[in-house]
Amino acid sequence: MTARRPLSQLTPGESGVIAAVDGPEGLRQRLAALGFRAGRAVLLLRRASLRGPLHVRLGTTEVALRQGEAGGVSLRAVAPLAP
Amino acid sequence: MKRVALIGMPNTGKSTLFNRLTGSQARVGNWPGVTVDLATARVLVGGHMVELVDLPGLYDLHGFSEDELVARHFLEAARVDAVAVVINSSQVDRQLALALQVKGLGLPALVLLNMADEAKRYGIEIDAGRLSRGLGLPVAALSGRFGTGVPEGVAALARVLDEAGPPREAAVRAALAEDHRREEEIEALLRASVVVPERLSEQASDRIDRLVLHPWLGLPLFFLAMLAVFQAVFWLGSPMQDGVEALFEAVRRLALEPLLAPLPELLRGLMLDGIWAGVGTVAAFVPLIVLFFFFLAAVEDSGYLSRAAFLTDALMARLGLDGRAFVMLLMGFGCNVPAIMGTRVMRDRPMRLLSMLTIPMSLCSARLQVFVFVAAAVLAPSRAPWVLFGLYLASFAAVIVTALVFRRRFESREPFVIELPPYRMPTVRQVWLRGWVEVKHFLRRATTFIFLGVVAVWLLTHLPAGAAPAGPDTLAGWIGAATKPLLGPLGIDEKLAVALLFGFVAKEVVIGAFAVIYGLEGDALAAGLAQSMDWVAATSFMIFTLVYTPCLSTVATLRAESRSLAFTALAVAWPLVLAWAASFAFYQGMRALGF
Repeated sequence: MTARRPLSQLTPGESGVIAAVDGPEGLRQRLAALGFRAGRAVLLLRRASLRGPLHVRLGTTEVALRQGEAGGVSLRAVAPLAP
Repeated sequence: MKRVALIGMPNTGKSTLFNRLTGSQARVGNWPGVTVDLATARVLVGGHMVELVDLPGLYDLHGFSEDELVARHFLEAARVDAVAVVINSSQVDRQLALALQVKGLGLPALVLLNMADEAKRYGIEIDAGRLSRGLGLPVAALSGRFGTGVPEGVAALARVLDEAGPPREAAVRAALAEDHRREEEIEALLRASVVVPERLSEQASDRIDRLVLHPWLGLPLFFLAMLAVFQAVFWLGSPMQDGVEALFEAVRRLALEPLLAPLPELLRGLMLDGIWAGVGTVAAFVPLIVLFFFFLAAVEDSGYLSRAAFLTDALMARLGLDGRAFVMLLMGFGCNVPAIMGTRVMRDRPMRLLSMLTIPMSLCSARLQVFVFVAAAVLAPSRAPWVLFGLYLASFAAVIVTALVFRRRFESREPFVIELPPYRMPTVRQVWLRGWVEVKHFLRRATTFIFLGVVAVWLLTHLPAGAAPAGPDTLAGWIGAATKPLLGPLGIDEKLAVALLFGFVAKEVVIGAFAVIYGLEGDALAAGLAQSMDWVAATSFMIFTLVYTPCLSTVATLRAESRSLAFTALAVAWPLVLAWAASFAFYQGMRALGF
C-alpha cells in the first residue's frame, strides 16, 4: 500500500487520488457535493498567503477550502502533475 | 459459531453497549482487508455461540471516510451472520437511515435503540412495535449504560439468528458494489460520450488567476480594485446625490411650501423640516446604494468575489469570520447599507449576524464628511491628517474588538469550502436587475422605519412648542443636559450631545445640526466650534461619532436583514457601549498625559 498524505500537505502542482474523506458530517456532505469522492484525482493549484486556504481542482471544478478542512482528505499516489 | 457485527454512528454509546454485552471477554484482533484493529468477543446469545465484532462508528455505509471504508470492507470480507444497528434514541430521526442501508444489504439485522433512558428524559417516546413493523426489522430499546432492556435485546438477537440462513457475503458484496457499479457506470458513460482532456488546456481563467491570486500581488491588487470601485461609485454618485437633493429642494419650494402655507406653524415645520428634509437626506443615499449594488453584482457575477474571499480568508479566520465577510467590510467603508445587504452571500446565519455586527464599525463616507468638517474647523492643519488616519485605524480596531467579543456567541459551524467558478463577463441585464431589485428591497423594507425615526428626532428637537429649535428648552436639550454626567467625562458637552441625536438619522446631518444648534453658518460656525473645544475634545467627539449607534438607514437594514428585533437592539446598544469606552479611554488618557 502506498503512503497516504493529507491534501493539506501537498505542494502546489502536486496531485493525488482521494483515498478517504474524514471530518464532521456537514463538511463531508459539502465535499461530496463538490466531487470529493474516493478514487477521484485532485490537483493543488496554489495556497493563499499567511497560511490561508487552498485552491484545488477536481476534474473541471475548482474549489477553495481551508487547511483544516483539507486535512481530512487523504490522498494516495501523490506525484507532481506531468507538465 | 456465528458472527454478528455491531454498527452505529459515532456517539451512540455503541462501545459502552459492546462492553455491557461482552463483559471482560473483549480482545482486539485484526482482520483481512481491514487496516485497523477491531474489538471482538465471544458471547452466548440464546443457543448460539456468537463472535461479536465492534465496527468503527460511521455515518454512511456508502461514505468515504476511513472508518466507513473499514466497516464496508469488513462486511464484504468477513462472513457476517447478522448486524445489530445501534441507534441513539434521542437522534432516531437522523440515524434511522443507517438501519435502512443495512437492511438494503440483505443481511439479517436488528435495531437496538440505545440510550433509551436519556431519550425518556428528553420526553421522546418511541413506539418500538410500530417502528419495527414499519422498518421490517426487529427493534429493541435498551440502555447500555444501565443495562435495562439488555436481556430482551439479546433475546431479539437470538431470534434473528434462529431465522438467519447461512452467511451470504457474496450478496452483501454485490449490494455494496451497487454504489461502485453506479460510479463505474457513470465513468463508462462519460468515457463513451464526453471527452475531458487529461490536463485541461490553459484557460483564460487560469491566466487571470495566476495574476490576481498571486501570493504577493494578490492582496495589493484586491485593495486597488476596491479602491477603484469606491472612486467610481463616488465619482458617479456625487453628482446624482446633488441632483436628488436639488430635486427635493425644488419640490419643497415650488409645491410643498405654497401648499402647506395654511397649516399651523408647528405642523408645517414637522412636514417640511422634519419629514421632507429627513426623507430627502435618506433619499440622497439611494444613488450610492444603486451604484454599489451594480458594482457588487458585477464583481459577484464575474467570479472575482469568491477569489477575494480566498485571498482574505487567512486574515478573517482568526476573527471567527471568513473571506466573504472581509469583502463586505470593505464595502462598508463606502456605505454600510449595501454592505449589510451583501452579507446575504453567506449561508451560515451566525457568521452572517457576526459580520452584520462588525460592518457598522466601518468608517463610511457619511462619517468621513463629518470628520473632515470638524478636523478642518478645530484641528491644526499639521495634526488633522494624522487624526483622520487614526480614525481609520480606530475603525479597524472597533471591527476586530467587536468580532473578538462576539465570536463565541455567533460561532459558525459552516466549513469554508467554496467553489471558484471560471471568470465570466457579467451581463448588463443581470447587473441591472440585481441592482434594481436590491434598491426596491431597501426602499420597501426601510421607509417606514426611517420615516418614524425622522419624525421622532424632529419632535424631540422642536417640542415643547415655542422653544428655539434644538435649544436647551426642547426635549432634545433636556436629554443633552441629562446625558451630561455620562458624556461629560468624554469631553462632549450638551450641544454636541444634541448633534449626536441628529446623527442618528444620518451621520452627515451632524454638520447641519451644528448650524441649527449653534445658530451659526459657514466660517462663523467653524470658528464657534473651534472656540468650544480643543483638539482632544474634538477627537473624542469624532471617535464617539465613528462608533456610536449606526445611522437610521443602517439600523433599518439590520432589522430587515436579520429579521430579529433583539439582534437589532444589540447592534444599536453594543456600539454605544464601545463608543463610550473608546472615547472615555482616549479623552481621559490624553488629559492625564497633560494635553
